[in-house]
Parts: sequence; structure tokens; C-alpha cells
Amino acid sequence: MKINILKFLGSLALFLAFVTSSVTANAGTKDDVIKKGSLDCGVSQGVPGFSNADASGKWTGIDVDMCRAVAAAVFGDANKVKYQPLSAKDRFEVLKSGQIDMLARNTTWTLSRDAGLALEFVGTNFYDGQGFIVRKAAKIDSAKKLNNVKVCVETGTTTELNLRDYFKANNLKYEAVSFTKADEAVAAYDAGRCDVYTTDKSGLAAQRTKMKNPADHTVLPETISKEPLGPVVRGDDQNWKDIAAWSLYVMIEAEELGVSSKNIDSMKSTDNPNIKRLLGLEGDTGKSLGLTPEWSYNIIKQVGNYGEVYEANVGAKTPIGLARDGSPNQLWTKGGILYAPPVR
Amino acid sequence: MFRIDEIKNSLKKNLQLGNLVPQFLLLFVLFFIVYYFTSNAQTNMAARNISSGFGFLQTNSGFDVQFSLIDYDGSYSFGRAYLVGLLNTLLVSSFGIVFATILGFLVGVARLSNNFLLSKLSQLYVEILRNLPLILQIFFWYFVVLRNLPSTENSFIFLDFLIVNVQGAYFPKFIFTNFNAIFYGLVCALLTIFFAQYYSKKLIYERGKSLPIFKISILCLILFTTIFSLIGNTDLQLQQAELIQNFGIFNYVGGVKLVPEFLALLFALSLYTSTFIAENVRAGILSVGKGQKEASKSLGFNNSQSLKLIIIPQALRVIIPPTTNQYLNLLKNSSLAAGIGYPDLASVFAGTALSQTGKAIEIIFIVMLTYLSISLIISAFLNWYNHKIAFIEK
Repeated sequence: MKINILKFLGSLALFLAFVTSSVTANAGTKDDVIKKGSLDCGVSQGVPGFSNADASGKWTGIDVDMCRAVAAAVFGDANKVKYQPLSAKDRFEVLKSGQIDMLARNTTWTLSRDAGLALEFVGTNFYDGQGFIVRKAAKIDSAKKLNNVKVCVETGTTTELNLRDYFKANNLKYEAVSFTKADEAVAAYDAGRCDVYTTDKSGLAAQRTKMKNPADHTVLPETISKEPLGPVVRGDDQNWKDIAAWSLYVMIEAEELGVSSKNIDSMKSTDNPNIKRLLGLEGDTGKSLGLTPEWSYNIIKQVGNYGEVYEANVGAKTPIGLARDGSPNQLWTKGGILYAPPVR
Repeated sequence: MFRIDEIKNSLKKNLQLGNLVPQFLLLFVLFFIVYYFTSNAQTNMAARNISSGFGFLQTNSGFDVQFSLIDYDGSYSFGRAYLVGLLNTLLVSSFGIVFATILGFLVGVARLSNNFLLSKLSQLYVEILRNLPLILQIFFWYFVVLRNLPSTENSFIFLDFLIVNVQGAYFPKFIFTNFNAIFYGLVCALLTIFFAQYYSKKLIYERGKSLPIFKISILCLILFTTIFSLIGNTDLQLQQAELIQNFGIFNYVGGVKLVPEFLALLFALSLYTSTFIAENVRAGILSVGKGQKEASKSLGFNNSQSLKLIIIPQALRVIIPPTTNQYLNLLKNSSLAAGIGYPDLASVFAGTALSQTGKAIEIIFIVMLTYLSISLIISAFLNWYNHKIAFIEK
């Protein structure tokens, strides 16, 4: 009998979970968020530059600013966000069950996740890819020069497979020293067991800050795989997806038009119709999204344009130090691939 | 291991009717449990569109392994990756068993020595090493000792022979030309030793005199191989690992390389297991009656003769069965390799290959079957050996 009771309780819990999650899913997420008074945003458990809490509990990062942008669009106040740190394993389930309203957790956009999980990737706020980190003393400035090296890597990952493909394709000799955990691989590299450590570039930059002497290491310019990272929402609320997507696009568009948090107020007197539309002075972009006309102004004023967000969190002057020029995370007009559809 | 007569007896007892019904029920329940879990796995795999089968063993693995006894890289199959892991497990286990046995014997005998310091030091060795968890000892060797060795360009170099740095230890590769001559020399030496032993036995039985057979053997080996290699023009070259510089990165290439993961695992496994073997040896020697030693002394044996000819042969019967367990433990403990990234069977196949293919059921099944087979082979061999040296009771 005991087993039957357990089974009954289990199915009851499942049923309840199903019922409650479908309830949240059916109502408009935007209205729910407004009613709650804050945006519940899923972030990482601490990836410097992407989403990381400091000693006082203040969250910063490029993903955190994505949450803040959506809050600014909805509430006119970028600070109305509650952050929920999530592990890679739990993130999609928590989003699907309605415990968070959006997920901004350096998540790679792939077909199986987009189509298979009933989720919607709203865009890419950081184009990542696998890279290499070496000691500066190695005097190597290109991955093409890595020959006869030992590479520390996390086992059982796509990283491990990309690594082999790259060295094979370039006809370079190497030895892969595999570890089960990322931390072990980093520690081994740091102790000199390997000459090179490889993972996603954002991960490299973040791990470097944890090494004994971060300044002794340098990330090589080559990127050997595609890892587009972006915010994710549930797939059943088109309006909410649009709000998240256009929050990202106006930041990109603002940079392209030269509008920043600092000059936005002086820009209000411009004659440029594109800027006028962007700032909500012309047209009715807010109405289409079900937001106030100032939604885009609030995002740019309170969070900044994409360039500001990038430089403040992962740019060359931060500890992460990812140079933007020459990377895909540059505007399309400057050789990158950031491209926002027209805001009109 | 079961013995036929034991099985017969136990069957006879068990085949009485009163016993039959509960046994049948037990069998039925066992069968049902196995059936339930198999069909459950099948339904759930079908529901999640997980394909099953062993076809993946032939597909390209796509990942590399840092330390392999056979040619392997990502273009080889998953089946080959299995073989790489298996050989690495066998390598570390067989070296571990040899070292643990030698160390264990020495420490076990030393513990019974009349020398106070020697016996107390042996006791200390046993008590410290067997009471620390093995995984900690592996971590100690790996993270504390081997991780803090100098970098490649500042390697320790001993006598131009052994090179040690944080990336591993390098020995020269022995390259013989005309190796055949030495081989023939070895064959001749062994034949001579065989006949010398035969003659020495005959001498003992007929005249009670013994030949210094050990010295003769050494002499034969040196003499024959030297003469033959001189005649056959044998040449030996040591191919030492070379330091290659690529910009600021230094690496040794060539030679025989032992990675630190292997060394840490080998040290920890050998030392840990040797303590248990030492205790077995001590127990075995103590189990031989005091009278045996006294008798051998009164017959004029010296200490080492009495140990070698009287005590140890009798002690072996007590030592071997529990030592078999220690060998099996060592083999199974070698799967702790995953903790430091030594590519053994468990970490290459049940770790990397499993997460790359997702074939959890097939892979775990293969790995379990493999460990089981190796364990059974070791225990069958030692049972056979134990049986062979047992007292022939009349």
C-alpha cells in the first residue's frame, strides 16, 4: 500500500504542477509581470561579465542588462528585476514551469532547444564561440601556431569534439588532456599540466579571472565554433517574445544611430526621423507591443545602447577584456554581425 | 570458485521437496524483477526515441585520448576507444599488482623483524596508508606531489636517462638493431639454466650437495647474451625524448612517456594495496608454527634459508586467498582514475564515450561485463595456484 500512496502523491504533484504551469502560460506574461510588480529573470550562478553578483548582492553583466532592459520597457524602471540563479541543467524546466518570466543565462541557441523544448529564442545578445587561452610566456598570437601542445579540456562536451576537428583540419599535433569538471581542467592548465585550455570564449575570459595570475594569460583571436547566446522565453506568448526581442533590438539600433544613455536627452531635438521613431517621438511602436510610448527611451536611458552594455561588462577595459573590434559582436556597419530589423 | 563435489552436495540437500517450493518462488521473483526492469527500460527508451544496439561501436569516436598503448585518435571507432581504456586499466592494474606484491612482502616480513626500528617503521607505514581513503591518496600524489614538479623547460634530468616535469616522466626508448642475436642468447641461457637446475636437484637427492643455482643463472644470462650480441653485431640505441620549442612553448617529444595521471594512480594504488598485502604476509608467517622455525634451525638452515624454504611455502597457503581479494580490489579501485583524468576503461568508455553517444545501457553493460571478466580470470588463476601449492592431504 505504501507504494500506492507514494504513487498517488506523485501523480497528484505532477498534475498540480501541470495545472499551475498551464495557468501561468495562458495569461499574458506581460500582465502577470505588471501585476507582480517585478520581472523574474533566470540568470547564471556566477559567470563574470554575463551575470554575476558582487559581494553586496548587486547583479551585473550583459545578460543582467538584458533583464534590466525588459524591465525598463515594461515598468519604466530597470531595477524592477528579481534574479534567479539557475544551473545549466535546471534552466529550461524552471522557465517552462513559469517560475521565471525570461531566461538570460548565456544559453546557446540550437535547433533542438528552440524546436524541441517549446521555447523561443528571442535573439542573440552575444555571439560566442570556442577559443583557446595560452600563457603570455608562450609568445603565441594565433591558434594556427599551436603545434605539439597539450590542451586541457572538459570531457564529454562538444568542446572536446570541436577541438579535435580544429587541430585535424589545420594539420597540427596536440594531446588532449581531459577532465570531468571544468574546474579541474582550468586548475590543470593553471598548474602547467597543459599549454592551452579551451572552452567557449566567454568561459575562457571568466575562468581567467579566477586563475592565480590572470594577467599572465591571453585568449587567442581564433573562434572555432558557433555559440550564439541569447535570452529565451516560453513559446506560447507571442507578445512577450516580441517585447523581449525588441528590447534587445532597440539597444542595437540605438548604437547604430549613435544614441547613448548620455546623449539621449539632447537627441530628442533631432530631425532624424529614424531617431525620432526609435525614441517614440514619432510612430506608435509602443502601442504595437502593448507598452507605453517611452518604452525604448527608458531602455536606452537606464540601461544604455548595446555598445555601452558591452563595454561596461565584457569590453576591453573590464577584467573580462574581450576586444569588440573584429569580433562578431560588432555592428554590421563595422564588420560585425549585429543587425537589428528596422524599428518602425 | 565452486567445486563440482560441493555443488553436487548442495544440490542433493536442496532437492528435497520441502525446499523446492520456496526456491522456485525465489527464482520466479528474481525472473520477474529482471523482466520488469528490462521491459521498463525498453518502453521508456522507445517513448523517448532512444535507439539501442551496439552499432555505435563501429562509428568514429571523434574524441582524442591523451595516453594510449595502441594507435588511437578520434578517427578510430568507439570500439577502439574501449580497447584503449581497457588496456590502460590493465596496464595500471598489472603494474600496481606487481609493485603492491613486492612492497607488501617486504613490509610484511620487515614488520616481523627483530630490528626494532625496522619493525616499528613498517607498522607506521601500514597504519598510516591503509587508514587513509584511497581517493585522498590519489589526490595527494596528483595534486600535491606531481602538480608541483618544475615546468617543461626546467625539467629535472637524471643522468640523461630520466626526465621529470609537471607534464610527466620520460624514459628513453630502447632501439635494438639485430635484436635476434640477443634473443637466441637468451634462449640458450634459459636452456642452460634449466639443465643446471635439473642437475642441481639430482645432486641434492643423490649426494646432498647443492649448487649455487642463483649465481649460475645470473652468470649464464650475462655470458650468453654478451657473446651472442657480439657475434650477431647487436646495437642498442637510446632514443631520448627531445625538447621541442614552438615559440614560447616547450614540449618533450619521443621517448617513452608516463603521464602524471598514470603515475599518481599507480603510486596510490600500489602503496595502499601493499599495506593490506603486508598484513596478509604477516598473518601468513605467524600462522606457521614456531616449531617449524626451530626445527629448520636445528637442521642447520640459516635465517634466509629457513624463511625461503620452510616458512614462506607454508605461509603462502594462508597468504594467497586474502591477497586474491586485494588484487581484485586494486583492479576495481583503478576506476577511481576518473577523479584525476587518467583515461582508464571507466573514464574513457563509461565517461567520455557515454556522454558523447548517450548509449548508457549498452556502455555500462559492456564495462560491467569487462570488470567482471577480468576479476573472475584473476581469481580463477589464483585459485588454481592456491590449489596447486596446497597440502596434499591423505
